[in-house]
Amino acid sequence: MNKKRKFSLGSALLNAPYFAWAALFIIIPLAVVLFYAFSDGEGHFTFSNILSLKDYGGVILRSLLYSVVATAITFLIAYPFSYVVCRMRPASQKIANMFVTLPMWINLLIKTYCLSALMDGNGLINQALVAIGFGKLPLMNNTGAVIFGMVYNYLPYMILPIYNVMSKIEPSLLEAASDLGCGALSRIRRVIFPLTVPGIVSGIIMVFVPSVSTFYISAKMGGTGDFMIGDLIEGQIHSQNNNLPVAAALSAVLMAIILVSMLILNRFTENDEGGSVLI
Amino acid sequence: MKNRNIIELRNVTLSFDGEKILDSLDLSVRDGEFVTFLGRSGCGKTTTLRIIAGFLTPDEGDVFFDGVRINDVPPYKRSVNTIFQRYALFPHLNVYENVAFGLRVSKTPKNEIDPKVREMLRLVNLEGYEKRKVTNLSGGQQQRVAIARALVNRPKVLLLDEPLSALDAKLRKDMQVELRRIQRETGITFIFVTHDQEEALSMSDTVVVMENGKIQQIGTPVDIYNEPKNAFVADFIGESNIIDGVMNRDDTVTFAGHTFTCVDEGFEKDEPVDVVIRPEDVDIVPSKEGMVKGKITQATFKGDYYELIVDVKGFKWMVQTTDAYREGQTIGIALEPDSIHVMHKSEFSGLYGDYSTFSDEMDEDPEAEDE
Repeated sequence: MNKKRKFSLGSALLNAPYFAWAALFIIIPLAVVLFYAFSDGEGHFTFSNILSLKDYGGVILRSLLYSVVATAITFLIAYPFSYVVCRMRPASQKIANMFVTLPMWINLLIKTYCLSALMDGNGLINQALVAIGFGKLPLMNNTGAVIFGMVYNYLPYMILPIYNVMSKIEPSLLEAASDLGCGALSRIRRVIFPLTVPGIVSGIIMVFVPSVSTFYISAKMGGTGDFMIGDLIEGQIHSQNNNLPVAAALSAVLMAIILVSMLILNRFTENDEGGSVLI
Repeated sequence: MKNRNIIELRNVTLSFDGEKILDSLDLSVRDGEFVTFLGRSGCGKTTTLRIIAGFLTPDEGDVFFDGVRINDVPPYKRSVNTIFQRYALFPHLNVYENVAFGLRVSKTPKNEIDPKVREMLRLVNLEGYEKRKVTNLSGGQQQRVAIARALVNRPKVLLLDEPLSALDAKLRKDMQVELRRIQRETGITFIFVTHDQEEALSMSDTVVVMENGKIQQIGTPVDIYNEPKNAFVADFIGESNIIDGVMNRDDTVTFAGHTFTCVDEGFEKDEPVDVVIRPEDVDIVPSKEGMVKGKITQATFKGDYYELIVDVKGFKWMVQTTDAYREGQTIGIALEPDSIHVMHKSEFSGLYGDYSTFSDEMDEDPEAEDE
């Protein structure tokens, strides 16, 4: 649209609640976070908070690594799953979708708590294993458990956008691909995959963003060396520290990581119509 | 080898949810032919096409391609390509890549792809459109891309599923000519599905008229028009007055209270028959000289002719004439022996061919969509 939009009182009034909301709950809090990140306890400008983060480089890298791995695993599960669901009869598709969304009704903390009850050293799974004479498995308090917890919690957010895009592919396009010589695999590679890229990008963003800022899952299910940025921020705010400036600096870094990741991801959908999702 | 059968359907039957869509269909298509499946929505024509393409497998019967049974051959292994009703172009690829798609899938060497794609784009008059997004093309241009995308693979048979139904009238006419030209230039067998009888008659070598999952008649367009086999075909192809009659003996038929001389033979003595009179074959004469008399109940100016609805003993005939007549006039009707076409009675007798409830609106096809 090249036309300049004319200012009108009506549209200004209509937009006002949105702007008020955005200012109150998005812009001002962000400004506060940035203010704390760049100031000492007395309100003077300083880089010291940011510079002090170099001690936490390992945690930041670990958070990135864990969330990349968790996102990759959710994708590897979600894509074939969506493909299979898309080929079901419509009634079965509805049921499958319900099972995907059902866990989203339950609070993340409760789910994680239940998971740890299941997987704990003396949890239900290990009790069962012992009962059949198999012996205990180290299911908890390790990196695998953290990744598992993240995949378990964030899987629906990968499935839904992919399924949404995939189920809207015109059946005639798939027939055209078969007609032009594609077997099932080459049909996925040449037609289904390129057409589902926007869904994949949304899915990656929707899983990666909460993954990278995960807390509690890593604290609850991980070992001593598995805590992530989220846990670190929580630790700075809570307990005896009450170190808001460092917590804010960590949050600012986290936001920067997310922003950069999203900018990179959006490159993949730039040329597709209706592609660029979020941002 | 132009007279060999490239496609053969034998006793092909298919049901959906207990409803028979195709009922023991037998059909042969010769190599290099332009064949049209013509029928109303739901008659089974698209289903037949999809069986040939391999998207559907018949419950009973066999499909042969070049003499080989292909019932169980998946679509991607058949040397048949389809042009879909809504083209089904790949939105993520540009014009060039859409056309090159089949070649890339078949792992054609890169240096062979380019000349083939360019030749096809030339054939369909789309040179210079290589980099365009297919979603930004007009309907006619998308149509051409679809044709090029199918033909670049040099299929033995090209299947066209109502490919012109989404185009406006003018473009349709152009594309009809274009498709006929492409078919002649490439020599590829075309199997074309349409509900538009004019399209079928003007484009095809052979027309297959279908109704109720059965083939009603196969023939050249001229045969189908002049010698319809039953009331359905007579009514579906062009305008027809279909009148109850009795075949007294060879070359003599009685209907509308008069005994006419005709040129039809091979009926039983006094067999009840359907008589077809095309509106343009009726001669109007002064009422005293007519073989039968009728009263004009409706006269409509159609541009190059008048269309009259004439009440002949309670049965409404449609008559087309270049002379002007008024409503209420009584006229005489005369028929040349070869203007009369006699058909055996069929399941369709009495369903069609009376113009008492005729209106132009009913004549228009309400749905260009299919099945």
